[in-house]
Amino acid sequence: MASLRSFLRSGKNAVSAVLRREFHGTPPAAVQVTVRDALNQALDEELERDERVFLLGEEVAQYDGAYKVSRGLWKKYGDKRIIDTPITEMGFAGIAVGAAMAGLRPICEFMTFNFSMQAIDQVINSAAKTYYMSAGLQPVPIVFRGPNGASAGVAAQHSQCFAAWYGHCPGLKVVSPWSAEDAKGLLKSAIRDDNPVVFLENELMYGVPFEMSEEAQSKDFLLPIGKAKIERQGNHVTLVSHSRMVSLCLDAAAVLAKEGIECEVINMRTIRPLDAEAIETSVMKTNHLITVEGGWPQFGVGAEILARIMEGKDFFICF
Amino acid sequence: MTLSSRGRAVWDFHRQEQTRDTHALDVKMAAARGVKKLYGIGLHAIRQNASLKATTFLQQRAFRVNGALRQQPFDSSAEKPQFPGASAEFIDHLEFIQPNVISGIPVYRVMDRQGQIINPSEDPKLSKEMVLNFYQKMTLLNTMDRILYESQRQGRISFYMTNYGEEGTHIGSAAALEPTDLVFGQYREAGVLMYRGFPLDLFMAQCYANADDLGKGRQMPVHYGCKDLNFVTISSPLATQLPQAAGAAYAVKRENSNRVVVCYFGEGAASEGDAHAGFNFSATLECPLIFFCRNNGYAISTPTNEQYRGDGIAARGPGYGLMSIRVDGNDVFAVYNATKEARRRAVAENQPFLIEAMTYRIGHHSTSDDSSAYRSVDEVNYWDKQDHPISRLRHYMTARDWWGEDEEKAWRKQSRKLVMEAFERAERRLKPNPELLFTDVYDEMIPPIAKQRDAMWRHIQQYKEHYPLDLYEK
Repeated sequence: MASLRSFLRSGKNAVSAVLRREFHGTPPAAVQVTVRDALNQALDEELERDERVFLLGEEVAQYDGAYKVSRGLWKKYGDKRIIDTPITEMGFAGIAVGAAMAGLRPICEFMTFNFSMQAIDQVINSAAKTYYMSAGLQPVPIVFRGPNGASAGVAAQHSQCFAAWYGHCPGLKVVSPWSAEDAKGLLKSAIRDDNPVVFLENELMYGVPFEMSEEAQSKDFLLPIGKAKIERQGNHVTLVSHSRMVSLCLDAAAVLAKEGIECEVINMRTIRPLDAEAIETSVMKTNHLITVEGGWPQFGVGAEILARIMEGKDFFICF
Repeated sequence: MTLSSRGRAVWDFHRQEQTRDTHALDVKMAAARGVKKLYGIGLHAIRQNASLKATTFLQQRAFRVNGALRQQPFDSSAEKPQFPGASAEFIDHLEFIQPNVISGIPVYRVMDRQGQIINPSEDPKLSKEMVLNFYQKMTLLNTMDRILYESQRQGRISFYMTNYGEEGTHIGSAAALEPTDLVFGQYREAGVLMYRGFPLDLFMAQCYANADDLGKGRQMPVHYGCKDLNFVTISSPLATQLPQAAGAAYAVKRENSNRVVVCYFGEGAASEGDAHAGFNFSATLECPLIFFCRNNGYAISTPTNEQYRGDGIAARGPGYGLMSIRVDGNDVFAVYNATKEARRRAVAENQPFLIEAMTYRIGHHSTSDDSSAYRSVDEVNYWDKQDHPISRLRHYMTARDWWGEDEEKAWRKQSRKLVMEAFERAERRLKPNPELLFTDVYDEMIPPIAKQRDAMWRHIQQYKEHYPLDLYEK
């Protein structure tokens, strides 16, 4: 029912957009939007759309969020929808999971995912596994979000990338956006998804502006979870990455292009479920693969991608 | 087991105070008999305990067996509850216990806000030399904070947290401890380290992450650590130090030495689940531990009325079986007295203490915060001008002619000079050798890490024009 409604809604928007376009006769207007503002828009739109959605975490309300991602939301929606919590990750993650079990749709913000370690039992044993263990009786429609990975000079306890840790667990969906469009479309999809979703942002990306198409600016712009995007086409080598490292790959591709090497840069967008097909298709074309990530190599995202490629049916055809 | 096997002085003290200890001892004899029939394992332990008669007082006191001994002897004929979970009387009418927030646990203080002693018998009557040292350490800390906050604003260091308004809690408590006492901090206790003699150069070295840093440049600023001064390296995740302190105190108890563990934390961190574990375990393990809570009114922007609804942190102590007290954290003598007595008893009786020091965070949470967004300038000014630990101590000193305008001027000049000189030295100092990126992951460097290190050096050699090696120690 929900999917039919959203289909109709998007259909209506598409029609009105086309009509508008024909009427005015000008090309669609793109704007520069920072990742922070894109996340803010996604939160705002989803809070407006569904009364059951609410945000909780440390400093999210009057303070506008530790990184200002929830700027203006408390002012607009008040105490009932934007909730400041006492300092206990285990506590408020538990509260969020409980609220999800009782029918609300919480967005639980961790000041950084490093501190989600203090709540990991609630995320894994309570959020991720419950739908399965309750035989489908108890869904947990929750989004855990916050900055992940390295920032600038904040030392080991503020810099770890948790993509591999959360990506390991069945029951969770794990998303890692890069651009403003990714941030908005994927956060909206995550909030509308009935599964527990771990949404890994990046502090250094918050202030980076990206061009956002008119389509992306719409209130119903959704990106599918589980589908990677090819940010740059190329024939010689495939670079696979997620989050901030996609920028690094594109920078490297620009340098290599001057030497005549054309890189195909894949933005994973989702860690779990992994879009192995997109990567395989690219590697079939280029026969060269480099994975780039902010996490440690051992048991990491790249290790999994390499294993999948090597175990794939087409691996030996490459040679 | 007889009374004569216990230290007489402690026993007399207990008898007056009717602590749990007294009660436990009273019933121990009866318990040994009554409990015998019911607690199989307990019986074995009781027998063992009884046989320790000859051992030292501390050992007997230290290794009391399970709580079963504390319960009254099971006697079903008595009209008292016999539940193992609590000792109590029956009550025949329905009555809820009301949390007492309006007039909660009183705040112990020695000086009024003008630095006058209220009750002369509470004046610790410390020497002029000691009091002057308190004052100088508090003001030196204040000066260092100003310089380093500014240096972050100028982009010289990446981050900083000031201690404005809480200097009294640091100095008062640190002065009451022995240098060998183990300290676990949160992040706003630099004064404790300063009192113990951590030099300005090393504070700066940590903030600048230069080659002199004991932390080898691996931590964010203000994450100090010093093994020689028994100050455990600051760790970022909140409240993890509470159960760690309980465990450390257990280890200290086993040493049977004159040592205590002190654990500092803020009222916000006390909301963490780890705080619950720390409090509970310190009591069940019966450790020589002082929990010192700095209740400064704010956790970043979250005021205390959003952090908790009970009567602060001190009121939680009795719930865990902790001796608890609330003190005026801006009164350095109150902090000193409370910590001194808590320490004496924690060591003598092997039990944990909870001190909640009420104070006010005059500065922002950190350089990443602007507190004018959530509190009024008037509020901050009140604490800065009318109830500041440094001013109150100065009034005490001037009233005794120990300090005046001339001394103040001279000291301000000297302390600023000391800080500026250390600052300039720290700025000029080289950064740590890049080799140190790879050490201390394990006690011995494992081959994969050695390979990464070698790869790094090869890379740097090959592209040396891109790396500012001159800034790093060789």
